[in-house]
Amino acid sequence: MTRALTLLRRRLVGSIFVLLIVVIGTFLLLEAAPGDAVDAYIVSTGGDAGMIELLRHRWGLDQTELTRLANYLWALLHLDLGQSVTFSRPIRDVILERLPNTLLLMGSATVLSFGLGSALGIYAGARPGGFRDRLLSIGSLALHAVPGFWLGLVLIIVFAVDLRWLPIGGIETLVSAKTGLERAADIARHLVLPVSALGFIYLALYLRMMRAGMAEVWRQDFVLAARAKGLSRRRIVLHHVARNALLPLVTMLGLQSVQMLGGSVVIESVFSVPGLGRLAQEAVAARDTPLLLGIILTSAVLVVVINLLVDIAYALLDPRVGASEAGA
Amino acid sequence: MSDFRISRRTMLAGSALLLASTAMPTIGWAQTPKKGGRLDVAADSEPRNLNPAIVASNGVFFISSKIVETLAEASFDGKDGLDPRLAVNWEGATDGLSVTFKLREGVKWHDGKPFTSADVAFSALQIWKPLQNLGRTVFKDLEAVDTPDELTAVFKFTKPTPFQLIRNALPALSSVVPKHVYETGKIEDNPANNAPVGTGPFKFADYKPGQYYRLEKNADYWGKDQPYLDEIVYQVLPDRTSAASALEAEEIQLAAFSAVPLADLDRISKVPGLKVITKGYEGLTYQLVVEINHRRKELADLKVRQAIAHAIDKDFVVKRVFLGYAATATGPVPKNDPQFYTADVPTYAFDVARANALLDEAGYKKNDDGKRFSLRLLPAPYFNETKQFGDYLRQALAAIGIDAQLVNNDSAAHIKAVYTDHAFDLAVGPPVFRGDPAISTTILMQSGIPDGVPFSNQGGYKNDDLDALIAKASETLDTAARTELYKQFQKKVAEDLPLINIAEWSFISVARDTVRNIADNPRWAVSSWADTWIEG
Repeated sequence: MTRALTLLRRRLVGSIFVLLIVVIGTFLLLEAAPGDAVDAYIVSTGGDAGMIELLRHRWGLDQTELTRLANYLWALLHLDLGQSVTFSRPIRDVILERLPNTLLLMGSATVLSFGLGSALGIYAGARPGGFRDRLLSIGSLALHAVPGFWLGLVLIIVFAVDLRWLPIGGIETLVSAKTGLERAADIARHLVLPVSALGFIYLALYLRMMRAGMAEVWRQDFVLAARAKGLSRRRIVLHHVARNALLPLVTMLGLQSVQMLGGSVVIESVFSVPGLGRLAQEAVAARDTPLLLGIILTSAVLVVVINLLVDIAYALLDPRVGASEAGA
Repeated sequence: MSDFRISRRTMLAGSALLLASTAMPTIGWAQTPKKGGRLDVAADSEPRNLNPAIVASNGVFFISSKIVETLAEASFDGKDGLDPRLAVNWEGATDGLSVTFKLREGVKWHDGKPFTSADVAFSALQIWKPLQNLGRTVFKDLEAVDTPDELTAVFKFTKPTPFQLIRNALPALSSVVPKHVYETGKIEDNPANNAPVGTGPFKFADYKPGQYYRLEKNADYWGKDQPYLDEIVYQVLPDRTSAASALEAEEIQLAAFSAVPLADLDRISKVPGLKVITKGYEGLTYQLVVEINHRRKELADLKVRQAIAHAIDKDFVVKRVFLGYAATATGPVPKNDPQFYTADVPTYAFDVARANALLDEAGYKKNDDGKRFSLRLLPAPYFNETKQFGDYLRQALAAIGIDAQLVNNDSAAHIKAVYTDHAFDLAVGPPVFRGDPAISTTILMQSGIPDGVPFSNQGGYKNDDLDALIAKASETLDTAARTELYKQFQKKVAEDLPLINIAEWSFISVARDTVRNIADNPRWAVSSWADTWIEG
């Protein structure tokens, strides 16, 4: 366990640097985009020169970039994410309100794609090159090639508009007095379609990785030994082949969950889920720099935490990994 | 609705209105309105400030016009196109230095306090004039608001201000908010900006960011038996395809402001139980214009501008870009405006040969590659139609040897490029006609506007005659004379082409056919919905 703790400490120190670079980089990028929050705002209102000047002053946009960056970092040091220009509310509140929805969506989609993907991968990899393998490989590739928003729209039209089995969007029934289990069931019902749309797209990756890994392992000597021992095929597949092919999938899980944050931008818009991805999109359109920085920071922390968990899982699963790092 | 009308001057119109308003629900339907029910509506944006007294924009009105009322609302058949709301009568002094409003009796704020002339004075002086996006221009000469009694507000101006302009501004610019809520602290930071308190038929109930706004019935509303609905819920649907699906799945009953894209209307109109409504936006006309940067040597030449006008097939634009849901434009006032429009202006027929000849005359001969010169073309990204027209314009210009390079930006970048940096040669913009040219139309041609003012003349155009005409109209008190000046203004603009007006369009609503009394005034989507009800 000390090994894991050493790893944790190392990673945390490194992460702070990563986060700092991310914050400054994002700030500069957004500053480089033409137009500021006031430009974005007056699109829908218009206004005269005096009003525009007033707004720039009130939103602190009449200060230099450097001053604003310094102010932001100083506030950040006190764990203050600042005030959102678009929402006129503390950014922490705005983000905390949406984070659970995104986590729920991403988490469920990851479980779906990882769970179902690796299970189908095992199924396909049990006889590489067989009929099932071909069918699953082609099917999953086709799914992977489909754009997320399109899959989402098709799911909406079939299951929400035509069949009316599921709601077309949102995270829960609006203005409902549901509580406890009833509310959980309601949220679950709303999540079915977006989670499927997001999960099915990434399913192919796990499936193919598992299958490829297994195809490799089949050729190794210990499998031959296991066969020679007279183990059942089922036991060989699950305990020897699949288990050894699983490790790269854990790496993939870390990388993929990061990508899923990006995918959720689209899915959250299509399904009107009030999540972080959609918020990020709105923040960019509104040139709400502090809000976007807050979202990026939150996502960066999320990514760091996920990778940390993956590393720890790795260290626990494969003794070689942790040992070399901790010993160095 | 009109039971407090007392003025002799407006008596006739008042009684006609009374007739119309009581007859309205029965015309065509022969049913009495049913009380109760919840109306679910699609909303595509979440305004950062819901106070319509500060932000007079359609996005804000769509929600808050049900909560906060104006002095008067636009009307199809009322006198001067108005219907009384918080004011029952208004009269302008002959010297143009004052306007007297008689206010409605027995009106209460949502928190129970009485509505008085002090609220009107406060809103006008502390909010409309100093803070409101449109009011800052229209009420710039407002000096004081006298309140001789609780139901009389007298607006005093330092300079003669046309009564016609004030009248035309009432539906959009005169939202009255309660003084007792706003008088302490900074108005811009008041929490009521996000949870408005008003006198309207609906009270603000709650807001879940990213999900919905909910309004509930104001049981103490001054309108007899109104409102009919118990609740209005605005569902936030950010995706362009969501509204149509939500209508079909019966999760919402109404999608206004063309939330259902034009291309989907044909299909959706065939869905049983849904209807497509083009009425109810007559007072919210958007204009498709080509904005011109007159700093470009070529574009400063009238012949080149005329050539561009001749190169554009307006009928094609209406038919293909707007799928017929628009009208071709002749000048800076839309055809559907009942007060100012004149058809007596120079027109530019679609004529490529003539356009080419004009360019030759101007001295811009075609090079060997068939091109005369290159331009940057920036279509505004706010509407599908402005973007699509940009694509069309590029091709139309290619036909006359002008090589247009499309520059696509998002909204913030577009605003900055065109109105602050002037980094454009041609731009496609959608200015709004707000019932009077002085509100937001003349600034599109007037010179001397500081850099950075959006939806104004940022093309460096300067025409002393036109400036003089605009200045004269802004201080002409007589309605007929003023109207005549704006007719001259239209002629002059069409002659000299500071910008080119292509088409005029409004929005489309799609609703369940059980939703009644929709589209019954020219600004319906942004009006109070006090008389809207749901059948069955």
